[in-house]
Amino acid sequence: MTDTRTPLLEVKDLEVAFRTQRGSVKALNGVSFTIEHGETVAIVGESGSGKSTTAAAIINLLPGTGQITNGQVLFEGQDLAKASRSQLEHVRGRGIGFVPQDPMSNLNPVWSVGFQVEETIRANGVATSPRDVKKKAVEVLKQAGLDDADKRMRQFPHQFSGGMRQRVLIGIGLSGDPKLLIADEPTSALDVTVQRRILDHLGTLTGDAGTAVLFITHDLGLAAERAEKLIVMYKGDIVEAGPSLEVLQNPLHPYTQRLIAAAPSLASRRIQGSEQKLGELKHDTETDAGSVDLITAAEERAEHLAANPSEPVIQIRDLTKVFKIRTGGFRSVDFTAVDKVSFEIPKGTTTALVGESGSGKSTVAKLLLGLESATSGSISVGGRDITTLNRRELFRLRRTMQPVFQDPYGTLDPLVNIGNTIAEPLKIHGVGDRDSRRDRVTELLEQVALPVELADRYPNELSGGQRQRVAVARALALKPEIIVLDEAVSALDVLVQAQILQLLAELQSELGLTYLFITHDLAVVRVIADNVCVMQKGRIVEQASTDEVFASPKEQYTRDLLDAIPGAGIKIGV
Amino acid sequence: MSSNTAPRRSADHFVAPVSETPVAAIDQVKLSGQRSNLWTDAWRDLRRRPLFWVSSIFILLFIVVALFPTLFTSVPPNAGCQLVDSNAGPSADHILGLTKQGCDVYSRIVHGAGASLAVGFIVIALSGITGAIIGSIAGFFGGWVDSVLMRLGDIFFSIPYILAAVVIMSVFSAYVNVFVVALAIGAFTWPSTARVMRSEVLRVKNSDFVMAGTALGQSRLALMFKHVLPNSIPPVIVVTTLSLAAAITAEATLSFLGVGLPSGTMSWGNDISAAQSDLRSNPATLIYPSLALTITVLSFVIFGETLRESLDPKARALR
Amino acid sequence: MVFYVIRRILQAIPVLIGTTFLIYFLVFAMPGNPVQALFGDKTPNPALLAELEKQYHLNEPFIVQYLYYLRDVVTGNFGVSFSGQSVNDVLARTFPVTARLALMAVVIEMVVGVTIGLVAGLRKGKLFDLSSLVISLLFLSVPIFVICFIGQFFLGFKLGWFRTTVGADASIPNLILPAIVLASSLVAINIRLTRGSVIETLNNDFVRTAYSKGLSRRRVIPVHVLRNSLIPVTTQLGADFGILLVGATVTEGIFNVPGVGNTLYQAIIRGERPTVVSFVTVMVLLYLVVNIIIDLIYAVLDPRIRYVK
Repeated sequence: MTDTRTPLLEVKDLEVAFRTQRGSVKALNGVSFTIEHGETVAIVGESGSGKSTTAAAIINLLPGTGQITNGQVLFEGQDLAKASRSQLEHVRGRGIGFVPQDPMSNLNPVWSVGFQVEETIRANGVATSPRDVKKKAVEVLKQAGLDDADKRMRQFPHQFSGGMRQRVLIGIGLSGDPKLLIADEPTSALDVTVQRRILDHLGTLTGDAGTAVLFITHDLGLAAERAEKLIVMYKGDIVEAGPSLEVLQNPLHPYTQRLIAAAPSLASRRIQGSEQKLGELKHDTETDAGSVDLITAAEERAEHLAANPSEPVIQIRDLTKVFKIRTGGFRSVDFTAVDKVSFEIPKGTTTALVGESGSGKSTVAKLLLGLESATSGSISVGGRDITTLNRRELFRLRRTMQPVFQDPYGTLDPLVNIGNTIAEPLKIHGVGDRDSRRDRVTELLEQVALPVELADRYPNELSGGQRQRVAVARALALKPEIIVLDEAVSALDVLVQAQILQLLAELQSELGLTYLFITHDLAVVRVIADNVCVMQKGRIVEQASTDEVFASPKEQYTRDLLDAIPGAGIKIGV
Repeated sequence: MSSNTAPRRSADHFVAPVSETPVAAIDQVKLSGQRSNLWTDAWRDLRRRPLFWVSSIFILLFIVVALFPTLFTSVPPNAGCQLVDSNAGPSADHILGLTKQGCDVYSRIVHGAGASLAVGFIVIALSGITGAIIGSIAGFFGGWVDSVLMRLGDIFFSIPYILAAVVIMSVFSAYVNVFVVALAIGAFTWPSTARVMRSEVLRVKNSDFVMAGTALGQSRLALMFKHVLPNSIPPVIVVTTLSLAAAITAEATLSFLGVGLPSGTMSWGNDISAAQSDLRSNPATLIYPSLALTITVLSFVIFGETLRESLDPKARALR
Repeated sequence: MVFYVIRRILQAIPVLIGTTFLIYFLVFAMPGNPVQALFGDKTPNPALLAELEKQYHLNEPFIVQYLYYLRDVVTGNFGVSFSGQSVNDVLARTFPVTARLALMAVVIEMVVGVTIGLVAGLRKGKLFDLSSLVISLLFLSVPIFVICFIGQFFLGFKLGWFRTTVGADASIPNLILPAIVLASSLVAINIRLTRGSVIETLNNDFVRTAYSKGLSRRRVIPVHVLRNSLIPVTTQLGADFGILLVGATVTEGIFNVPGVGNTLYQAIIRGERPTVVSFVTVMVLLYLVVNIIIDLIYAVLDPRIRYVK
């Protein structure tokens, strides 16, 4: 029945607005694009770009007060924006499948996994008799990659790992044999290696069935790697669209150019790329204040290092941390979070500690900061073993070593204004009087490129990136030598992330800081770190200079991590 | 369905005109005209809510009535009660009529406000503060201190507080006054405040800004007072306001059962209790004190709920 | 699940010991002869006095007295009431009536509260929602005895729809008015809780996912919204039971329902304190047992609890 000349999905001048207390706020200002049968399209954008709103608007499931105010969503010629409830219910599931973002919250915790697959099959009329429904459910789950599906049907979502749940959700999304699958950040909540396996699997399934796919993602690399067509969104508008490679290699809109320059996974391969290209890019975006380029930052750092060869300021030997985990009743088992970890950090350099969740990387940071006590091993900072310090010595040590944490929304006390937050370290350590402290706060705010007027404002007026800058300023207040950055940029949008990375690089060369950079994101490592330690299950499996690790990884696990960087397969800017 | 756009599935590369989609600076600081934090935001929100003002005005009114009853009535509540006037209807002198004993209903209501509010405020002063202290100690120390205090709270929580108060009041019937009644109620209501306080302290204690404080070398106690407690207080204020309302109801219930304030004390509960036998002949003597009681409790409940909706973002979403 | 049940019952033991000790301590730690003191200014029947002194082992040290008392409580021996009747006999007569009344009230609470709460939550901000909020706040604020009188006066006396007092015949039709009155404040609590719970559940990602799977609204609301919303509502039932016990005392007293609550009510207003202590103890035990049962229901409703360890 399908006419191959009409596109599968045609979105025309789509406008969406949300009602708020201060009137209606537009989230989409007239978005138009098409998806052909069997085509894979990706919408890329930062938070607030309207990419998820677009996905939700297509299946008419806008959250809260959102409403389509104008435009059409033509799915096989039928306008879903004006369709009745029962028409929509008919299209959802069997016409358009949906794979949501967060595997933890998208399965109902009170129903078994089998129940949730079976009800989908029944609702979409794939099978009707109880036996057929069950058979089909097992089949769907097996296809999605759950090998022991018939056994696990009766289990509940909390008994599955995140990756497994995402497989279930993919199975559910595909169980009605839809013509289009919308995947809204389907793997952002998962570890990179899991992410890669699941995306590969999804690609195979949809490829075999000829299903068209609409990816929604913040990750340019992922989008370019997985989709034939790219749509770049910015503040509710499509700013650029076209074939993926074409857009990446020849970005025409300044925003796209900026996004490509800031994406660590792409930038890292461009370091050896054409200088001329970079010059052009910079020229195009010169009018925009605050444009960032990671390459400059990386180069500056490299120059600085070459000029100052240095001795280790942190030496960690056989560091081990064992936690006791209670297993109900009165028993407990030992869990070795950090297992005989040894490494050194030369003064004025950055060492990245990379690993997936549960690898023990954050525990190392806490041990170094003296927030947890080590089970065995030694940590020496500036030649002194800190595991044997008394309280007074530890207090003095804290002046030389400061942390910046991951969550920008948890890192600042909401009831303390920015000025007092930054001045707090000075007060605790009795540095200066009120006036000199105020001067120092001003100086620090300027150092992290924030307006001085912020001093008497409160954190809730700031964005995530700005909060992280305040956290950096607080960390710098006591003029420390070492800063421990625990996933400090992981929660930020690409451009903001690049901006903070550049700030960190500038501060490092200005102040001669030593960084321990904890992250799960190998792509970021390449643009910020000099040395890399790869952690897996509490152990360091590989450590070397960044270039070595990227050029010739020795361990299979490191290779897996490298391969899993989205967009690793694409060559651009060469 | 044809359109003017170029053929599909081609390598067309679309770019929006930059003039229509200007690119802003990354992460620019945008400051509003007014400073804002949790408290100022909550206040700005509360200020706009009529229910907040209505309930505040009623609460203030009841407090003024309780403190200065003679401003509102010149008729003494007990003196001059004439049995001849028993159950007389409203008149110019006695706008709400008279009780069985021939006392002025309005005057008794005005003079009875004191007992209700006094019990309410003493209960929250005792159990609210005790609960908050016990909850913060449990949350702060954790471990066995936490276990012991919270199990103790469970025990007190497992006896419905009005039943507990009935037993206490039965035993102490010889010494009854406002304080004893408040004590009997408060002795068993502190665990609810303690639980809220403890969970808030635990939540705030685990936040990154407290960890950052530790990494700065701040002592645990200083962190507790500078960062943890101020951030834990808002929900406790809400719970305290609501338990004030519950305490007023509890006092009235005890007085109604005859184990509350002594029958000589002017109190709405006592008046309602005394009026029950005349329900059919003179319902006014029962309805007016009941109304006063209900409006007072309702005012505190609404005050507490609007406060919650302004202070707690989760509750705000329910609006 | 078995582990959970055992653990929950084990947890109840220290609470049982604690609560009984607390009650016992409140009553018997007083100086002088506590039994004599229990009678206040009333003159006890000497035979009853002797019986009570024997029941409470007054010649033993305090802690031994308490242990005897605990043994009695655990073995279901609650002694004699003020009039000399065995408490167990009184319970056997009155408990079925109270159980019937309480069950009726809980059914009304769940049916009316959950229905109104669900509709209000689904129609958040609409007229129905706002008026149900106002009414529930009102019922939450009116003390139970005032509601009793209002019900008695208007529904019973003025309109003549119900009997104003129940008396000896505690059949279900006669208990309707007391049950409605008893349920009123619980319904108010239930409406607010269900509404909040429904709104929170509606905001969950899995609800949107359920729609995206092609499920109809008729299926999503009961299966994915209401089912999940019932979990907090059920947990609240345990705490509500305390309100129910106090409410039953007042309601049975005012409507003269021949139940456990009425016995306690009469004992309180007559100042028969030994009876008060016995019946409060019985009610606290009941409260503990009901809370264990509700925690078990909670585990059935929420697999995350059931399968922990």
